[in-house]
Amino acid sequence: MNQLNNFSKGIIKENPVLVLVLGTCPTLATSTNVTSALGMGAAATVVLLCSNIVISALRKVIPDKVRIPCYIVLIAGFVTMVQMLVKAFAPALDQSLGIYLPLIVVNCIILGRAEMFANKNKVLDSAIDALGMGAGFTLALGLMATIREVFGSGTFMGIEIPVLADNHVSILTMAPGGFFVFGLLIAIINKFSVNKPKKTEFGCAGCPSAEICNKRACGEKEEA
Amino acid sequence: MTKLIIILLSAVFINNYVLSRFLGICPFLGVSKKLNAATGMSLAVIFVMMLATAATWPIQMYLLNPNNLGYLQTIVFILVIAALVQLVEIVLKRYIPSLHKSLGVYLPLITTNCAVLGVTILNIDEGYTFVEAMVNSLGSGLGFFLAMVMFSGVRSKLEGADIPKAFQGLPITLVAASITSLSFMGFGGVIENLFA
Repeated sequence: MNQLNNFSKGIIKENPVLVLVLGTCPTLATSTNVTSALGMGAAATVVLLCSNIVISALRKVIPDKVRIPCYIVLIAGFVTMVQMLVKAFAPALDQSLGIYLPLIVVNCIILGRAEMFANKNKVLDSAIDALGMGAGFTLALGLMATIREVFGSGTFMGIEIPVLADNHVSILTMAPGGFFVFGLLIAIINKFSVNKPKKTEFGCAGCPSAEICNKRACGEKEEA
Repeated sequence: MTKLIIILLSAVFINNYVLSRFLGICPFLGVSKKLNAATGMSLAVIFVMMLATAATWPIQMYLLNPNNLGYLQTIVFILVIAALVQLVEIVLKRYIPSLHKSLGVYLPLITTNCAVLGVTILNIDEGYTFVEAMVNSLGSGLGFFLAMVMFSGVRSKLEGADIPKAFQGLPITLVAASITSLSFMGFGGVIENLFA
């Protein structure tokens, strides 16, 4: 039951993109069409799963003081592996993701989960957490990409949709549309969230660097 | 020379890192609340971007490529950037404490900033020479600075505005970012025609 809870919290209650607001860069950049969004989600999930398992297995070995550099090296290693696999077996996906594939290294979701979950929990729990978070990330990306692709270019995964294809709003597939759809989705979630409407603000809660900068950089505790 | 100017201007206006490439969104949304924090953060980003390019470009060209180790790019670059940021912080703390006080808090955040890793990788992907790569990273940093400063102005206007409850906080910020990004789309095509 507890493990099921671990899995499902990543999808709805603590959705990394829409609730914790982590990993905004790839979300905005790769959600122009559904195919690349799902590819991005899958690649990030694989990296997240591997890194969570290894970091959780090594949590007693890695010294506390140098843990962040250790995590970054581990994550970068897995990203390189995924990069090589994608290049070899899905060159079209490699083309459409471009620079965002190596940038999974600095995706805050992965470092954030390592810092918040994997270094305190057992291997199995961490793996489940990674799967849940990965699924949440992929779902959020897929949702955004569906909206942007269906209304922006009138297609769904490359298949034309009869009426919309002639009347598409191409701004949605460009940069401003990305920001707009993302803002709208968060507003909708704020409106319908069951528990008290928590004011979603870009804060230090999910930021892996929060501990290093003592929340000063985000102006949360200025002059402290 | 013309090519350098085109690289610089298109990095600032057309391929703006934040508003059209979506790199460095986290600091863009997180630190743009106050003007002085936005300025400090962007100055630190410009500085680290140029330093990182100066370090990673020779590593890729003279160390990784001749030894067929190109696939190690991601790991090596992130490590070099992380080490560099640490080093800069130590040096600043020791020798220029006043600068450390104003930029120091932003330095650790920059290690995990995708804009810095992004610019170093893009410089290699685009096949720039060393000078072109440096100009491109200067332009990218300036573009980041421009977007941050402009957006912190927009956000200070939002503070007093009457906003529907569901949109308060992050959603309205994103909608404002969307409109700011829309205004940058007007630059598309301008630079190429300038020198045609």
